[in-house]
Amino acid sequence: MWTWFYKLASPPSVYAAAGALAPWFLATAAVAIVYGLVDGLVFAPPDYQQGDAFRIVYVHAPSAWMSLFSYTSMALAGAIALVWRIKIGHAVAAASAPIGASFTLLALVTGSLWGKPMWGTYWAWDPRLTSELILLFLYFGVMSLRSAFEDPARGDRAAALLGIVGLVNVPIIHFSVTWWNSLHQGATVAKIGKPAMSLSMLWPLLAMLLGFMLFYGAVLCMRLQGEVLNRERQAKWVREAIKS
Amino acid sequence: MNVGVFEAFTLVVRRELCLSFRRPEQLLQPLVFFLIVTTLFPLGLSLQLSLLRDMSPGVLWVAALLSSLLSLDALFKGDADDGTLEQLALSGQGLMVIVVAKTCAHWLVTGAALVLVSPVVGTALGIPVAAFATMMLSLGVGTLTLSWLGAIGAGLTVGLKRGNVLLSLIVLPLAMPLLIFGAGATDRAISGTNAAGALYFLAALCVFTCTLAPFAATAALRITLE
Repeated sequence: MWTWFYKLASPPSVYAAAGALAPWFLATAAVAIVYGLVDGLVFAPPDYQQGDAFRIVYVHAPSAWMSLFSYTSMALAGAIALVWRIKIGHAVAAASAPIGASFTLLALVTGSLWGKPMWGTYWAWDPRLTSELILLFLYFGVMSLRSAFEDPARGDRAAALLGIVGLVNVPIIHFSVTWWNSLHQGATVAKIGKPAMSLSMLWPLLAMLLGFMLFYGAVLCMRLQGEVLNRERQAKWVREAIKS
Repeated sequence: MNVGVFEAFTLVVRRELCLSFRRPEQLLQPLVFFLIVTTLFPLGLSLQLSLLRDMSPGVLWVAALLSSLLSLDALFKGDADDGTLEQLALSGQGLMVIVVAKTCAHWLVTGAALVLVSPVVGTALGIPVAAFATMMLSLGVGTLTLSWLGAIGAGLTVGLKRGNVLLSLIVLPLAMPLLIFGAGATDRAISGTNAAGALYFLAALCVFTCTLAPFAATAALRITLE
């Protein structure tokens, strides 16, 4: 009953599917991101408090969101690979980790650039910034654990397990960091409360979010192709695929 | 020979404790490290007790985390290197009993010992005696949680040659909530406010970790042992 599924999850068909999907993802991502950037940077009204500086949100918020999304998909792919022994899951997890780490780094950098004009400092130990930083450390842990093993199959499973442990920990870390500030004293940094966004600001943001997700899909497909080729480099179909 | 689960547990704990006490220097090294690290901070920051007191919860907890990490590397390593771990895994007992016993023994010789010397360090850092109870309680609960988080990390890195740095890289981010609530509880006790909230969170984290981490640590060990 499940044979079709295993066939679908076999490396050659995944390689082919990823190759076929990547351009579509890339094209739609480009459309969404171009629309989001133009609408967000040019047409959306400036914020009544922050002026034009708020516009970095169109890069910052989607990348912060994608950092969590990539972590979750990495951990879930690893979990699927661990439980059902579907090897392609490890390849997906391995392909997803560097993308997620890059999104995390992007969120941190844009966040601190946004912090300079708004808070007067590049870095504040704001709960969100702090938990994002810890997320980056979690990514580093998973990535270095995977590469630390000589036997790649073992490294895959170890990284998958660590990814799951991290996934359980991400909400704990987030809430403990949030509560720790309230535990100490009132916020020393004037935190800008989330304003109820007007629709003219919200649409470009949603478009950017969609664009980032599609972009993630495109990069994931490309990286997955590389992962599969590297993992299956002994197989006959790889030789044929490279020749053609 | 048929051995019950509890018997196996006590046997492994006794073996671990026996091994530790035969080598007292291994037992003392993390404690000395703890003392040295806490000495570094006054020298680097300020000798004024009033200033130190503000810093002391963080200093105490960072030192405790680091010194527990130092000994975590050896949790499974010695037994894995000489084949004991495989024999234990083949002994017919579930691997989890052995993991639980080894981790508990590890906490007894590191975490509990740390709790016992913490008043000395606390005095040196200017923590008032009235805060000692909270400080020791939080350290005890926190190091137990850390031992369990560390057991996962130690299980994952046991087969690696230079696993020690990687172990810290894996475990420290996971341990940050402990630092937050542990230092928070101590901080509140020092300032004389009610520390119950932070202690409850710490206890909740401990219960949560002790419930789930045995499964994760056993699975980790299976991956690296196989």
